[in-house]
Amino acid sequence: MSEAPTALQPLIACQECDLLQRIPPLPVGGRARCARCGFALAARPTDPLELPLVLTLTALIVFVVANVMPLMDLSAVGRYASTTILGGARQMWLDDERITAMIVTFCAVIAPALYLLLMLTVLLAARRPPLPHWGGELLRWSLHMQPWAMYDVMLLGILVALIKIAELATVDPGVGMYAMGLLAVLLPAISVSFDAREVWKLVEWKHGDDCAAAAFGEENYAERGQ
Amino acid sequence: MSRTALTGAQAGLVSCETCKLLTRPLHAEHVGHCPRCGATLEVRRVQSLQRTWALIIAAAICYIPANLLPVMVSNTFATSDAETIMGGVVFLYSSGSWPLALIVLVASVMVPLGKLLALAYLLVSVQRGMAVRHRERARLFRIVVFIGRWSMLDVFVATFTVALVQLQPLMSVLPGAGVLFFAAVVVLTMLAAESFDPRLIWDVANTANNMEKHDG
Repeated sequence: MSEAPTALQPLIACQECDLLQRIPPLPVGGRARCARCGFALAARPTDPLELPLVLTLTALIVFVVANVMPLMDLSAVGRYASTTILGGARQMWLDDERITAMIVTFCAVIAPALYLLLMLTVLLAARRPPLPHWGGELLRWSLHMQPWAMYDVMLLGILVALIKIAELATVDPGVGMYAMGLLAVLLPAISVSFDAREVWKLVEWKHGDDCAAAAFGEENYAERGQ
Repeated sequence: MSRTALTGAQAGLVSCETCKLLTRPLHAEHVGHCPRCGATLEVRRVQSLQRTWALIIAAAICYIPANLLPVMVSNTFATSDAETIMGGVVFLYSSGSWPLALIVLVASVMVPLGKLLALAYLLVSVQRGMAVRHRERARLFRIVVFIGRWSMLDVFVATFTVALVQLQPLMSVLPGAGVLFFAAVVVLTMLAAESFDPRLIWDVANTANNMEKHDG
């Protein structure tokens, strides 16, 4: 196709099959799927920037609670024990399973913390457009962290552990566990209510003006002008 | 449709994997960076097939000790009991909670194995230039990406059991050597799914379409 795109909607390529297509303006709550492979190309949530911001702030508070408060208490023959998320990783470390301890810490604490903090920064910065270029960089990192924040998996893991231990001793779920259950719902809610396209619209281009583009002979010119 | 569908690669356009901006690179060889977000642009993920193969072979090797070695060792006064992944499933089943036994069996045994087989099938099908079942294979890839994280289940079960059951000298649970291999399988297969480029599945479809067009 040699002619410049003339339609109002920018041309995009499907991420999963590379088919070129235009996403029509979506109604609120609408979704666009790739015409060939069915990949969910875009969705239009009701409030793509404000609602995720509220959810992210809530999730950060719950995140602190989930990490500080005990997950569960155990009592057997007059003895008590309790653990937190980090306590679990710490015990693994002490038992010489250091790599496992690091993987658990990453999935349980570092990845969700980074995801939430970067998301918060991007969403706050997006309130005063144009979003500086580093906003895009942060958004990219937070999206990378998303699959590694595993509260849903961890919650199920704790339930299984509880049932296993219940054979040996009395176990009571603690506040941290309820907080974790809340996070398991809040994290997916953030990503569903958020529309990255809205943020990309606000980001200052790295090589924004034509002078900058000309200065970067090796770089690309984008198909702008839509 | 009067015109055959065109992909970005056929039109000489590159889509940014980060911000989805479509750009026309000045040099076909050296595509450079996205002018909007600054991410490195790639027409297809670099060395996608080699990387994915390397990661799933590594994961397949780790899968063996992950299942043979114990994930947890429980010590009481006199006894020491080592438990493998399958042992944990059997324990849950025999203690009456068969729904949980089923969940652990699916998440810890079937999902990792299924992921390895599915990714190997996708790689072979791309390398052999398989020109049918594109939609099914695309769906298979999406399932692999979606279920990937759930195999981490047993790592968390071990972590929290070990952390909680520390009532020395009455009873204590120690992590077994298997848990490291098991975590490695999960991480390696997740990375493998990330390095596989699903567009490769469809690249064969593009050439096949064009051939048909030329023939007709």
